[in-house]
Amino acid sequence: MTDSNSGTPQPGVPEGEARAVPHRVIGTPAPAEARTMLRPEAESKPPAPRELPSDPPDPRHAKNAERLVSALFILAFLGGAAFIAAYLIFQVHSVEGTLHSNWGLGISMSVVFLALGAGATIWVRHLMPTVELTEERHPMRSADADREAFAETFAEGADTSQFVKRPLVRRTLIAATVPLAIAPIFVLRDLGPLPRKSLNTTVWRKGIRLIEYTTNRPLTPADFSSPGGMITVAPEGFQDDFDAMAKAAVIIIKFRPEQLQPPTVMNWTVDGIVAYSKICTHVGCPAALYEQTTHRILCPCHQSTFDATRGAEVIFGPATRPLPQLPITTDSQGFLIAQSDFHEPVGPSYWERG
Amino acid sequence: MSWLTAKRRRPAAGYALVLLGLLLVGAIYATITAAAGPASASAPSPAQQAQIATGRAIFEQECATCHGFAAQGTPDVAPSLIGVGAAAVDFQVSTGRMPAAQNGAENARKPPRLNAAQTHAVAAYIASLAGGPPIPTAAQVSSTHANVGLGQQLFTADCAQCHNFVGAGGALTDGKFAPALTQSTPTQIYEAMLTGPEAMPVFNDTTITPGEKADIIAYVTKTRDQANPGGFSLGRVGPVTEGLVAFLGLLLFMVLVAMWITAKHGKSHD
Repeated sequence: MTDSNSGTPQPGVPEGEARAVPHRVIGTPAPAEARTMLRPEAESKPPAPRELPSDPPDPRHAKNAERLVSALFILAFLGGAAFIAAYLIFQVHSVEGTLHSNWGLGISMSVVFLALGAGATIWVRHLMPTVELTEERHPMRSADADREAFAETFAEGADTSQFVKRPLVRRTLIAATVPLAIAPIFVLRDLGPLPRKSLNTTVWRKGIRLIEYTTNRPLTPADFSSPGGMITVAPEGFQDDFDAMAKAAVIIIKFRPEQLQPPTVMNWTVDGIVAYSKICTHVGCPAALYEQTTHRILCPCHQSTFDATRGAEVIFGPATRPLPQLPITTDSQGFLIAQSDFHEPVGPSYWERG
Repeated sequence: MSWLTAKRRRPAAGYALVLLGLLLVGAIYATITAAAGPASASAPSPAQQAQIATGRAIFEQECATCHGFAAQGTPDVAPSLIGVGAAAVDFQVSTGRMPAAQNGAENARKPPRLNAAQTHAVAAYIASLAGGPPIPTAAQVSSTHANVGLGQQLFTADCAQCHNFVGAGGALTDGKFAPALTQSTPTQIYEAMLTGPEAMPVFNDTTITPGEKADIIAYVTKTRDQANPGGFSLGRVGPVTEGLVAFLGLLLFMVLVAMWITAKHGKSHD
């Protein structure tokens, strides 16, 4: 009960005690002096009530401020009207329309809030008085009488509402609110469905050709014969399937055969051409910053670095597993093909990866 | 063997050894050049021979300190230039990367030390040693008939990871970096793809065809003409910088607004 008064000493009661113990019950009229809001040190001195000034000293200045504030509020009103108009005028059936709608709604709403804020600030700074006032802190605990009265009222209410007497109503009311409480849990279902086994495999299969991403040309080892070469490839037939490509993107790198060392699986390479997943094993960025002098594959997101000559094992950075190597060979026409899918899941770790 | 042991301390023995070594190097050199002979085109004309001679003189003056008088290279300092071709020489020298000022993680672009004629002479000399990719012609690097759209797709798939999607460049490992492509000439871009300078991978003509190389060049050069909304490019490195600038700008604006709201103005009403 923060509005109980404690500013005025009561006759016959010591001052300190008068402040600590509230003596006015809420709802009863306060003494007239309570509105003067004294500073604490003023209490011991003869009271020098300081009234709030009713009007600013310079009427012309105040009149200007008033006009400015009203102009800003009118602007806010117009902005709000423009917001409604923009909503009705700009339909969102096309990309262009959505763009115009966003502009219209955004700008009009910005005008509303900016004008409201600026108007309120000018009002405070030029029309309201700038005097400092101090208010006493009051005890948080209510008076014993208030607490008793409240307990009484509460018990009485519970009784007269028949809430306690009629369990049918009480229980059905509780039952009515339970689904509402549980409903948000059901909304969590939209986080699903669970990926199940879909992260374990990619679209790479035995016999699928490696085609150059973008030009969609299949490659022979003779086409890709310059040591130090690197190119992004896609599984033929899936180059435009972004869901598939998100897991199946591969880079192939050409080495002189003697440069490749274990743990690179040599049976999975063709003439020094080795194929690695382009998806970083840390958090799945495309890792394809290949340095032909150091044979490093760098991921731009968190600087995970893989040694392309040694099975793309991690030599630096937060990744913990090598980039998976795709087994490749050539088909009867000499084009590079996959021997199978990757032998391990590509990309970042996840719980069920095992 | 006792004959050798007895004579090896003689003063003449040292000279004999040097002579033997020189003969051996000469013999190997002759074998290599003879083997590489068919690789280069038909017999050079007198004019080409003069250019090669000029190039050799410049090479011995400017390059041989590190790359060796036979362009054989120095381990851990400078690579062998046998077989790198005219394109690699033209790229390195015309971008000012060679002659290098010092050995570092990456040679940055700087004003070229040799003029175009000198550069072509050195390139002709290196090409005369063991062939290699030639300097592309003006028609090969022209954007006139290029497909800019395909160029963009190719650039995004295989170049943008290092060079940024508008060619602004980016960092690599151990102080190396992929340079910005903002000053590269079409010829230099073509040569870089063909020869893979420094850490850059090689994109040979059967992987990225000459026509596709021209498409990529067209994309890189066309993006330079794109207008920057608001007049500032912000390095053209995407929404991160734009967001950062907007964030810092708005933060400053909000601080100023907060100061204005709470400021005490001169004439107080009390």
